[in-house]
Order: sequence, then structure tokens, then C-alpha cells
Amino acid sequence: MSQVAPAPPSDAPVIRVRVGPEGQPATTGTTSSEPDAAPVISFEDLHFYYGSFRAIKGVSIDVPPRRITALIGPSGCGKTTLLRTINRMNDLIPGTRVEGRVLYHGENLYGKDVDPVEVRRRIGMIFQKPNPFPKSIYDNIAFGPRVTGFKGNMDELVEQSLRRAAVWDEVKDKLKQSGLALSGGQQQRLCIARAIAVSPDVILMDEPCSALDPRSTLQIEELMAELRTQYTIVIVTHNMQQAARASDLTVFMNMAEDRAGYVVEQGDTVGIFTNPKNQMTEDYVSGRFG
Amino acid sequence: MTSIGSTATAMAVRRSLVRGRPDVWGAVFYALLLLSLLFSLAMLGILLVEVMTRAMPVFQERGVSFFSSPLSSNPAAAGIGQGLVGTLMIAVLVPAVSFPIGILTAVYLEEYAPDNRLTRLISVNIRNLAGVPSVVYGLLGLTIFVAFFEQIGAGTGRNLLAATVTLGVLVLPIVIITSAEALRAVPNAIREAGYGVGASRWEVTRKLVLPSAAPGILTGTVLALARALGETAPLLLVGAVLGGFSTAAGGSVINFVSGPYTALPVTIFQWSKQSQAEFRELAAAAIVVLLAVTLFANAVAILLRNRFERTW
Repeated sequence: MSQVAPAPPSDAPVIRVRVGPEGQPATTGTTSSEPDAAPVISFEDLHFYYGSFRAIKGVSIDVPPRRITALIGPSGCGKTTLLRTINRMNDLIPGTRVEGRVLYHGENLYGKDVDPVEVRRRIGMIFQKPNPFPKSIYDNIAFGPRVTGFKGNMDELVEQSLRRAAVWDEVKDKLKQSGLALSGGQQQRLCIARAIAVSPDVILMDEPCSALDPRSTLQIEELMAELRTQYTIVIVTHNMQQAARASDLTVFMNMAEDRAGYVVEQGDTVGIFTNPKNQMTEDYVSGRFG
Repeated sequence: MTSIGSTATAMAVRRSLVRGRPDVWGAVFYALLLLSLLFSLAMLGILLVEVMTRAMPVFQERGVSFFSSPLSSNPAAAGIGQGLVGTLMIAVLVPAVSFPIGILTAVYLEEYAPDNRLTRLISVNIRNLAGVPSVVYGLLGLTIFVAFFEQIGAGTGRNLLAATVTLGVLVLPIVIITSAEALRAVPNAIREAGYGVGASRWEVTRKLVLPSAAPGILTGTVLALARALGETAPLLLVGAVLGGFSTAAGGSVINFVSGPYTALPVTIFQWSKQSQAEFRELAAAAIVVLLAVTLFANAVAILLRNRFERTW
């Protein structure tokens, strides 16, 4: 399986890939793709339009359950647009249109009777710039459960969510203080806690660390590795090192001549970074463009 | 520390850093700005001093009777009692009528309406309505609202109901425009975050956007209220009483809002026109009272706004 790619030119960024006990490349902890697990999300020939402009063409990929799938590619290639089709956030932008299907456990998310609100309760999202509500930390977490009709013990749920997002110790004494009074990294973990408070199935992350310092970034990546055991994660990232470090699968997208984004190659992360099948992928991951 | 060079070089550097010619036009501009500010303040000051000096004797001589007496042809007996009641009623009724409608319209335009030509057309027209002279609203009030209230049996139609609706319609565009601007100022990130955890549009609007926009909306309502309290022309047209009138004591609320009324601006107008100098003094005193009422209404709104505007 592992054919070591030729050494990249000396000015290319160094991409670290984890190595297992026998010296072979291994992914983050467990074995890589389980080909038998039914994909949580499936794109079937997806085309996406902003008005008359086609931003994404012909995407047909699968997202396996309880893995971290990274979308990488140069600016403008449609990664964020693709991510936002999963939880129907693009519906909020007027004039957008979807052709093709996005399947969630086999059901088309853009089917006629599908309620986007219900979709978003099962597929949560973390945004690029942390956006806590202008409310207390407690109310930030409690907001989602309240609108989804949670009837149980809210204090418990808030604590649980904050613990799982690895931010409980830092905020447990100031739950009534404003969510905006936290540092950037804390705010982003607060947003993660907020997302998991509604018990989603899938968590989408749109460049969650791009506005954070390296230490906070590392904390969030560690958090992602823990969350992976329970949630399926799809992350858009500009940072190739992050994709290589933190993800199990990688999808490389690029912009075609008609400025529509498309999937160039996808596969498990190790393969994409050490032995890509497509020359364009090789060029991108070794920093020759993008 | 190593020397940078000879003292001659150092002096040349120092000379180049010091400003050469004085900034004449900058100073002139600054002076102009100050003069404008002083002029505006002076105008306000003169107005206030002028009014206060004329008004003080009235308060000193008449005291409480000035506030409680009804209109009268005798300046020594006339008071702002009825005018004050009318203005206070307007201060309560107009917000009750036009603020909910205005705010909800703004919510629709900003949060729900699709961004198409029709919506833009509506927005532009609302802006135009804000600039229509108030006397036009008075005519509207006379031909439609007064007639309507007369039809349904509320007296002659020249009553507080008609006044409220007329003034309510007059300030509606102001409420809509300022509320819409406050809503637009709420960052989209808050809405996205709300949608992201599975809130519906109604929940996002009610629980996230409106609380966030509340300070701005309240500011807009202050502006609207101040406008409504000071309007004279529309009230004259829809039948505020200039001369005297009396309301039967012990009447019901319905009788009260269906019967004759007047308001402070109208009273001020009437008294200012009188030939007797005493009436003009009364007018000055009434102006002071109207200013006080407006200031109080502003203060209440600002208090409410501060309560919502926390340091999130």
C-alpha cells in the first residue's frame, strides 16, 4: 500500500503524517476507512448554482460515519459552498439552486417535504469566526436545546456539553457571564459545545481554526479527535498540515476553467498526501500552487 | 550609543521633522467647526432663555392652577389642563398604535421579504412617506379617519381616536425606517449561529435578532414619539379644539376618547395668536411644559434602551 512519494522540493511545506508501530503510515489512532460502513452523507452528481453561476459541478463523494473528512483546495474552489449544502445553510442565500442529490442516511436532504430546520438539528455547524450569541455562556448552550424542545435537566446538559467541548473547567465559575467575554479559542470551543448540546449526528466545521492562534488550534484538533468517536465530522480547511494531521479522509477540490468547483481526488488522508493519484493533487499538496 | 553623524546632520534631521509652514487652512477649518457648534448652542440657549424668562412669572403667579385649569377666554383663568391631558393621551396612544405595526413591518421587510424589486419599491416609498409634510397627514386624517369615526358613532369624529390614528400614521414611516436600520445592524453571524443549531426563522428573529436590535429600535421610537408630541398642523385639521370646551364629569372612557379634546401644541398655537400679551406669556409657560413632557418621554425610552443594551 505505501509507496513513498519522491521527496518534495526543499522549499515545499513539510507535511507530517503519523507513522504506525511498524513504520507504515497510520491514521489518527484506528484503522482507516471501513469500506463496509454505510456513508452518512452521499453526494450524487451535485451541481450548485448561485443564480446562474455554477459554483460546484458533478460532485459525487461519500462521507463515512465517525470519521473526520477534510475538504481541501485553493480559494474559491467551492469547499465552503459544498459544506454548506450539507446542512442547507445555503438556503438562507437568495437565488441558490441545487441539482442532484445530497443523501443523509439514504434520504435526500433536498427532497420535497424535508424541513431545513430539522436537517440543521441533526447536522450542526461550527463557523470560521467564532460566533457565540450575545447571551450568557449558559444561555448560549441552552438556546439550541430550548428551541428543539428539550425537557430534561438543562443544568446537566449544559455542563455535559461544556465538558465534552473541553471548556468546562475554564468557564464553570462564570456561566452567567457573557459568551463574548471569552478568548477566541474559548469562544470556538463554546460554539462546539453549543453545537453538540442539540445532539447532532454530524458536525460540519468551516475552517474553525483559521481565526485562532496555534495553541488554540491544537486544542481544537485534539477535541476533534475525541469527538470523532461519537460524531461524523466534515471540516473545510485551508491548512494542509491540519488536514494531514487531523483527518481520516481527504477530498481535494479545485476550480475548473468555468470557475466551477469539482472534486479532483478523494481518499484516505495518508494516501492523498504521500501518494496522490492525480498530478494536480500532488502539485497542490506539495505547495506548487494554491 | 553610537553617534548618528555630525551635529550638522542631526540638526538637519531635526529641522526636517519639525513642521515647516503653519497649517493655516487646518486652523481655519477647525475654527469654522467650533463657530458652527457655538452658533447652534447659542440658538438653543437663546430659545430656552427667552422662553424661560417669559414663563417663570406664570408659574410663580399661577402655580398649580396653571396646570389644572381648562381653556378660557380670560387669561387669568386659562390653563393647560385639557391640553396636557390631550398630549399625555397622545403620548400613550400613538406608541400603542403605531409602534407594534411599525416594528413588525420592519421585521417583515428585513427578515422575511425576498430581496426583489417589489420589496425595494416598498422600502423607497416608505422613505418618501417620512418626508411628506405633516399637514398632508392632517388632510388625510380629516377626510378618512374623522369621517370613519363619525360613521361608527364616535361623536363627531373630531376626537382623540382620530388624532391618534392620524399621528400614528404620520410617525409610522419613522418607526419603520429606524427599526429596519437597527435590524440590519445585527450581524449576520448571530442569525447563522441560530439557524445552525436548528432554530426556525421565527425563533431566530424573536429570540436573537430582536433582542439584539432592541436598543436601536427604542431609539427610533423616541424620535417618533418626540415628533408626534410636537405636531400641530395635523391636529388642527382633525379637529383639536382651539377655543374652550368642557367635558362632562364622570364620563366613560369611550365618551372621553370620542369627545372633544385639545393638545399642548395646539394650545400654544392658539395662545400665541392672541392679541393680549398675557396669553403670550401663558404660551411660553405651555412651551416649557411641552418641552418637559418630551424630555420625560425621551428619558423613559432611553432608560428602556439602556436596560436592553448590556455590555455583551
